[in-house]
Amino acid sequence: MDAIFLQILNGLDKGGAYALIALGLTLVFGTLGVVNFAHGALFMLGAFCAVTFQNILTLSRKVKDESITFFDAYKEIPYLEIWFGETGMAIIDWAVPLSLLMAIPVMLVIGLVMERGLIQYFYKRSHAEQILVTFGLAIVLQEVIKSFFGANPIPTPAPEIVAGSANVGALFGLGDTVVYPYWRLIYLLFSLVVIGAVFAFLQFTTFGMVVRAGMADRETVTLLGINVERRFTVVFGIAAIVAGLAGVMYTPILPPDYHIGMDFLVLSFVVVVVGGMGSLPGAVAAGFLLGILQSFASMNEVKSVLPGIDQIIIYLVAVVILLVRPRGLMGRKGVMED
Amino acid sequence: MGFFKLSRRDAMTMLIFIALVLLAPIWLRPFGAAYPDLLQKFAIFGLFAIGFNILFGLTGYLSFGHAAFLGIGSYTAVWSFKLMSMNVIPAVFFGTLVAGLFAVLIGYVSLRRTGIYFSILTLAFAQMCYNLAYSVLTPITNGETGLRVLQDDPMVIDGLFGVVQEGSPIGNFFGINMQGYPAFYFCAVMLIIGFFISLRIFRSPYGLKLAAIKSNQNRMKYTGFNTRPYLLWAFVISGMYAGMAGSLMAVTDPLAGAERMQWTASGEVVLMTILGGVGTLIGPMLGSVLIKYFENIFSAFNKGALHDVFAFMPDWLENLVVAVVHPFVGEGWHLTLGALFMVIVIFLPGGLMEGFRRLSRLRGRKPAK
Amino acid sequence: MADNIVLNIRNVDKTFGGLQALSDVNLGIEEGKIHAIIGPNGAGKSTLLNVCIGRLEPTSGTVTFDGEVITGKAPHEINQAGVVRVFQTPEIFPELSIIENVMIPAFARRDGAFRFNPFSSLRNESGIREEAEHVLRDMGLLEQRDHHAGSMSRGDKRRLELAMGLVQHPRLLLLDEPTAGMSRADTNATIDTLKRIKERGMTKVIIEHDMHVVFSLADTISVLAQGAIIAQGEPDDIRGNQKVQEAYLGGAH
Repeated sequence: MDAIFLQILNGLDKGGAYALIALGLTLVFGTLGVVNFAHGALFMLGAFCAVTFQNILTLSRKVKDESITFFDAYKEIPYLEIWFGETGMAIIDWAVPLSLLMAIPVMLVIGLVMERGLIQYFYKRSHAEQILVTFGLAIVLQEVIKSFFGANPIPTPAPEIVAGSANVGALFGLGDTVVYPYWRLIYLLFSLVVIGAVFAFLQFTTFGMVVRAGMADRETVTLLGINVERRFTVVFGIAAIVAGLAGVMYTPILPPDYHIGMDFLVLSFVVVVVGGMGSLPGAVAAGFLLGILQSFASMNEVKSVLPGIDQIIIYLVAVVILLVRPRGLMGRKGVMED
Repeated sequence: MGFFKLSRRDAMTMLIFIALVLLAPIWLRPFGAAYPDLLQKFAIFGLFAIGFNILFGLTGYLSFGHAAFLGIGSYTAVWSFKLMSMNVIPAVFFGTLVAGLFAVLIGYVSLRRTGIYFSILTLAFAQMCYNLAYSVLTPITNGETGLRVLQDDPMVIDGLFGVVQEGSPIGNFFGINMQGYPAFYFCAVMLIIGFFISLRIFRSPYGLKLAAIKSNQNRMKYTGFNTRPYLLWAFVISGMYAGMAGSLMAVTDPLAGAERMQWTASGEVVLMTILGGVGTLIGPMLGSVLIKYFENIFSAFNKGALHDVFAFMPDWLENLVVAVVHPFVGEGWHLTLGALFMVIVIFLPGGLMEGFRRLSRLRGRKPAK
Repeated sequence: MADNIVLNIRNVDKTFGGLQALSDVNLGIEEGKIHAIIGPNGAGKSTLLNVCIGRLEPTSGTVTFDGEVITGKAPHEINQAGVVRVFQTPEIFPELSIIENVMIPAFARRDGAFRFNPFSSLRNESGIREEAEHVLRDMGLLEQRDHHAGSMSRGDKRRLELAMGLVQHPRLLLLDEPTAGMSRADTNATIDTLKRIKERGMTKVIIEHDMHVVFSLADTISVLAQGAIIAQGEPDDIRGNQKVQEAYLGGAH
């Protein structure tokens, strides 16, 4: 029982990341009709926003290390620490959460530039061409990041206060074996909040209403004389922000490297397909579902029965779903059916 | 011999192709590309792309998982070396065959869907193969280290004929070691056969029907065709090409690793095909040669070499140019590749062949003015 | 009814959601005849044709062709059985040349639903090519046979569409407004062509708005209104039929 509970928890934070990426993919696909293979790169760019922010905060000056007396030793002390002492160190400690503030405008700009500069010219072109051009873009983005930040994963720790683990088991009256890192809990909550915010935005604002109408029937909305295209640009920006934030917050869980986006992209596409192309609730549900499934599959008890199942479970589910229920879990009729 | 009969034009194409391939070590010399390792790559990736084009070019089905067949071909070939013989004929035969069998399986399932769903299904299958090769299938694939031929492998058939391996095992063609130029010429013969088959398919009623499926699949159904087996055969044929290319990789260098199956490798063959021209006969070959050629040149450059190249410029300009160019060469080759990918899709979706056609049309118009 | 019924539509119902598109349609098409189905817009004519070629499955009821039930069969099986449809909006292969567009259905007739012949050469298919050229000559498209089909005028596309149907020599040809959008001259040419084929004993079902076409071609006319057949008979009977006058001739214009 404890073990199962723990696996569910373990799956949820990964599921949260899947859900956030898949949500953006679905939004872009549903509104712009574009299959965006560069969406994973947005997740990666978000993660590197956190890295950059951390690098900025820890800009340092060489100072003589007084604690070593045998020879002249130097150590690097961040300016923030020199200027603000304890407060400065605290700010550095909170680099990841604080970088969310930077990530929002940066990702918005990246998203808008991407849509206006490239994606808009591919609305009318075939899905194959959309896949190809965004695939090229994804490679370009990840290689640019690689040339700036190198090929190795960059550690970006969570603030110290949440570095430990929570004894979640005790909360639910289970054994002490159910311990769970605070940051993962935070990630889960964070993803739920972002998902909630996106849904609320679509549900309760006029803008969101038009977007939803556009997703349901683009032609009619265009006929009403509403400029859908401009709104869709904003939608792309929103999707970029969501993917970026998901990336920022994921850095303490998995130190980012340049190909983290591609790794998540392939999985997220599978998530989108399982959820049903064009269905937002489907994307979210499938994200969490597959995250949990994956974490169950990596339990030793399961692996001993079905070796290697943890490596392929997501793809296997996708294949089965696509064959049995081509529209995915919650897909609408007529979306992407030729 | 109706099988070898071609129209005059196609016979010319075929002859020129054969001449270009066989004489490649000579005419590629001025380009600095006439050494066997690179020539082998031209032939192997050319074969891969020609096969991929039979699926993507003729039917329009974009597979993002063909690298899986490349990997399967490689693994099978290495196992054929290990178990049977260092002779390359069984290695290539079984590499092609086993890849074909996998293609039947994967194709049968993936072709139940079209469009982007098909792409994602093939991608999912390729990723499964890749992940499995890295993990549970380690006894077969030797995981991260990669599968290689060892001196104490059984090699039953070689044993029967009393062939003894000395030194590190090298593939051979009835006694001719598959290294250097002999290996290139072996690959070249395979490439020529592959190109000929592709030409036959393009000119056959079967090929015309595939083109019609690409153009309007629904209409094909109402015209009385069961499109599924047509597509499946195209998928299997192109999977076999990939398997053959993979086994040739093992022929020229008897080892196989899972990274050959990664989806970026699938992306590479897509790029080769569209760079040259999707659906054209020569395009995929052209694309793969260009990409492998420039990969070879670009990835060899480092900063020092760049400074040498631009040394004729004033210092400030030299530094500037080197700073701009540097991210695109050496380690940054992939950046160039990605950028090229975008440029081609945006400006020249028909690839270089389309570009040539436009140019010749322009030139044809000028005298008229 | 007569024994020589080739297509038999029995008790066919079709509903979309709550909408009744066809209700209890019974129709027998006699072999070798031209049978016109007329009716106002939205009467269910196209739905009926779609049911016949397997594009739609009826909610209930069956369609039998030549004594064999074809409802629920795959479109290519129905085509191979000998039921061929000519589409109203041209469904051609725009990337292929005109002659290739006609060769494809000719192959379907000769090769069946599937034939794997990657090593035979198109150059050796002179039989198929001649067949295609013959039909193209009939349709007046022979001159431009090597042009891209995608660049044809709309009227030419309609004629190509008809050629694609004719080259299959179907036992039953279903024509969905074959002259819509054609000039008067083209319309008359098409009528002539269809009449000529009539002499060859091909059964035809025509959906048509143009009364000129209907009355110059049809042996029998069925009138469909609101998903049901309200009248059936020879052209003269229909012309004088009170119900038809109300439902169609009066209502439509």
